[in-house]
Amino acid sequence: MRAIAALLRSLARDRSALLGLGLILALVLSAVLAPVLATYPGDVFEIHPAKRLLSPGPDHWLGTDRMGSDIYSRLLFGARITILIGVIAVGASLVIGVPVGLVAGHYHSWTSDLLMRVSDIFLAVPQVVLAIAIAQTLGPSLPNVILALSVTYWPWFARLVYAETRSLEKEIFIESTAALGASPWRLIALHVLPNVASPVIVRASIGMGFTILTAAALGFLGLGPPPPTPEWGRTIAESREFLPDAWWYAAAPGLAIFLTVMGFNLLGDGLRDLLDPRIRRSRGIAAGAGVRDE
Amino acid sequence: MRLLALVVRRLAWFAPTLLGLLAITFVISRVIPADPVLLVAGETATPAQVAALRHQLGFDRPLAVQFIDYVGRLARGDLGTSLYTTRPITDDLATRLPATIELTLVAMVFSIVAGIPLGVVSALWRNSVLDHALRVVTVSGLAIASFWLGIMLQLLFAMRLGWTPLNGRLSGFPPATITGLYLVDAAITWDWTAFAAALGHVALPATTLAFPALATLVRFTRAGVLEVMQSNFVLYQRAMGLPGSVIVWKYILRSALTSTVTQIGLLFGILLAGAVVTETVFDWPGMGTYAVNSIIRSDYNAIMGFTVWAGAIFLVVNLLVDVTHTAIDPRERAA
Amino acid sequence: MSELLAVDNLTVEFPTDRGAAQVLDRISLEIAPGEVVGLVGESGCGKTTLARAILGVLPRSGGRITSGQIRFKGRDLLAEDPRLVNDEIRGRAITFIPQDPWSSWSPLFTVGAQVMDVMKWKSPRRTRAGRLTRRWPALLRGYPRARRRADWQATIDVLRAVHVPEPERALRRLPHEFSGGQRQRLLIALALLPGPDLIIADEPTTALDVTIQAQILRLLRSLVKERGVSVLFTTHDLGTAYEICDRVVVMYAGQEMESAPTAAFFERPAHPYTRRLIESLPTPGEEIRDIPGEVPSLIDPPPGCRFHPRCDYATAECRAARPAARIVDGPHRVRCVHPVGKA
Repeated sequence: MRAIAALLRSLARDRSALLGLGLILALVLSAVLAPVLATYPGDVFEIHPAKRLLSPGPDHWLGTDRMGSDIYSRLLFGARITILIGVIAVGASLVIGVPVGLVAGHYHSWTSDLLMRVSDIFLAVPQVVLAIAIAQTLGPSLPNVILALSVTYWPWFARLVYAETRSLEKEIFIESTAALGASPWRLIALHVLPNVASPVIVRASIGMGFTILTAAALGFLGLGPPPPTPEWGRTIAESREFLPDAWWYAAAPGLAIFLTVMGFNLLGDGLRDLLDPRIRRSRGIAAGAGVRDE
Repeated sequence: MRLLALVVRRLAWFAPTLLGLLAITFVISRVIPADPVLLVAGETATPAQVAALRHQLGFDRPLAVQFIDYVGRLARGDLGTSLYTTRPITDDLATRLPATIELTLVAMVFSIVAGIPLGVVSALWRNSVLDHALRVVTVSGLAIASFWLGIMLQLLFAMRLGWTPLNGRLSGFPPATITGLYLVDAAITWDWTAFAAALGHVALPATTLAFPALATLVRFTRAGVLEVMQSNFVLYQRAMGLPGSVIVWKYILRSALTSTVTQIGLLFGILLAGAVVTETVFDWPGMGTYAVNSIIRSDYNAIMGFTVWAGAIFLVVNLLVDVTHTAIDPRERAA
Repeated sequence: MSELLAVDNLTVEFPTDRGAAQVLDRISLEIAPGEVVGLVGESGCGKTTLARAILGVLPRSGGRITSGQIRFKGRDLLAEDPRLVNDEIRGRAITFIPQDPWSSWSPLFTVGAQVMDVMKWKSPRRTRAGRLTRRWPALLRGYPRARRRADWQATIDVLRAVHVPEPERALRRLPHEFSGGQRQRLLIALALLPGPDLIIADEPTTALDVTIQAQILRLLRSLVKERGVSVLFTTHDLGTAYEICDRVVVMYAGQEMESAPTAAFFERPAHPYTRRLIESLPTPGEEIRDIPGEVPSLIDPPPGCRFHPRCDYATAECRAARPAARIVDGPHRVRCVHPVGKA
């Protein structure tokens, strides 16, 4: 417990991580308080064709879209979608990937090989493409997007946990052969899990960012939740035919996405710097910079 | 010796992995509510005609049989026929591959040529205005949705300023086909009008595509250079009064790059992934738009064909990356 | 002035979380032409910092020279144009032998490439070193073929002098193919090739096997005496200083305490600290005698003479101000209020 408090204190000293945390909080607040913060909360469903494509002004802070709905209000409600997708998709990937990684890392049998090969298959193709394929197959809807994203992201966790488990267990077995008497679950729960937690948390934070980007891409391609759901990516797609005049129509949701993802990336970076000594150097450089995620 | 073992092991897994990928995609693409046969047959087809078409296409056979048949033909190099264009998929892909390669190459060259020196400079002048500005760029680079960046660039440079064309790969006549890469072909044949046109068209998509790669490269190079700057040999060279530019650009950069080189392979992966969405935004006639269109049109065969290609490329790239990484890093070899 | 190098009241500070650490406190030091001076002290006493300050390569993250002069051949290096200093002085008039032969070479280039890079810029045959021709960036400048051949030949000759076997083939090898001792010889050669007046050697044998240390030391001394080059030799090992130095200067916590010709230093040490140091050298059959107390913090150092908290003879005068240098006997000087066995 004290260790966590100390961690939080050092995190507080990292300004960019705090900025990230701030952005995330802004996102969460926007989502939770959307009905309150929105100037036209009804515009999620209502349309006002007479007021189409108004420029930003005192009435409509970010202008109106092609249906006359207030863009600002729809953005706030879109935050709900974003969070929902991000949290559930990453959560599901965690729930699938971590146990798979643990099992594969702990046992040295053909099961491990098989599990890792399966995750390699998923990693063989860019996440975007596979997600598109799955989402298109199942039809555009919110649950399908979440499903597509979870199915394509779990291998990252599996791989990470597998590698960490393998190297951790090497150390543990050298230390105490007496542990051979203990059940494998004890070993995993007491020794492996706590050490695996840090890289997993870092990956989860950075993964939120990537998942949200991919979700937006799916929305952009029309594979996300259908209208009138105010999903950010789809809004950008809708705006295209009205450019360059109604530029705010495309700029606003894009900025929202940018700030959100930036928040998670900054937080993830801060967390990684914090937990760095425990991530070995050679893996840290590649894993830490999140390159493999793209 | 260990290197060889690694290569052999990975090659051995190549086929099964690819097969697994195919199986998954096969199953997914067959388990779909919309019936592509109906789509192909058209709205006016009678049930009898639809059934006949289904039989002709072989879609009435059991799933397993279809899969085995597919794999068999694949082994002979036959990717099947597109349901939409009714052309052999290999032909479709062949026409589109050069476009994607050109885009990816331009983006890669741009990100390397800009990214590495910027990373070095950012490390040398740590915490300067330039460094902070670059820090903003690197962080944004991984937070911006590429499709949105593409749209914004189009908005500014094509629509508002009119400096570049809006989309597509070329306006006017393409240069003679030698490599299929317009820029290279135009340069070789001294067709400078075509070169200028191609350059104008590739500018925005390549920039969009390169942005996250650039951000990553700057980051890596900066970290690498900062680390190498602490080395004893750098201290020695400074103490012996070697000119700064020699120390930095000859010795420090070389050391910092050894770890970056393995990242170039990953870079390629990033770029290919980004290409899918970027091509869509700019109507770039490459594999990315092909994939998206096939999926939207439920063109099974094309989807499978694309998956085979993409999967194979990625597996090869990953193999190369791992091999290079093992070859370069002595710790990996000793492990 | 007959001195080659005169460090005059040099102060160096390092910023830390808890305040500025005074790593060097008004240090003064002279080196005459052709003299081998040993700078002795425990780890952390500042000898490496002094060496690096003279060379002008203090770590960027820290050390700042806050006062004092470093006069080389009469000119204050701190007041000169830094680019001139880098071009003419560093690596030419003053060269460097680093402590760690393992990591002082870039692992990615052959030894020959690295040696010739130094020769390209620091060869005694290079003219126009004074005029900084800024037309071409240094990286792109060429290496005139005639000079290159002459430099190559000179390199081979010196490599033979330092007993590197088969010099031509050696230069084509990568650093990791050499042993520590061989690499150190190569570094010695590199320190001699530019024809310097002064070599700063920072604990050059500490990283080597004991069996090789003596060899290298003797080699260095003979080469240096042959050429009339001065050496500033830092070490924490009194035995090493005894081997090759003409004169020994002892430092403690950033202050220099005593300076004497080697024989006098070991036979008639005047400073209490020096006495303790020499007494603490282990002799067979006797108990080990430590110096009681601890090295002081440099962020909040003791006033006056920094050794006074641990000194048996300390009085209020020692605390009040730093003792000035007193002559014990000719060139033998000590900075102490109560030198032992004072004349």
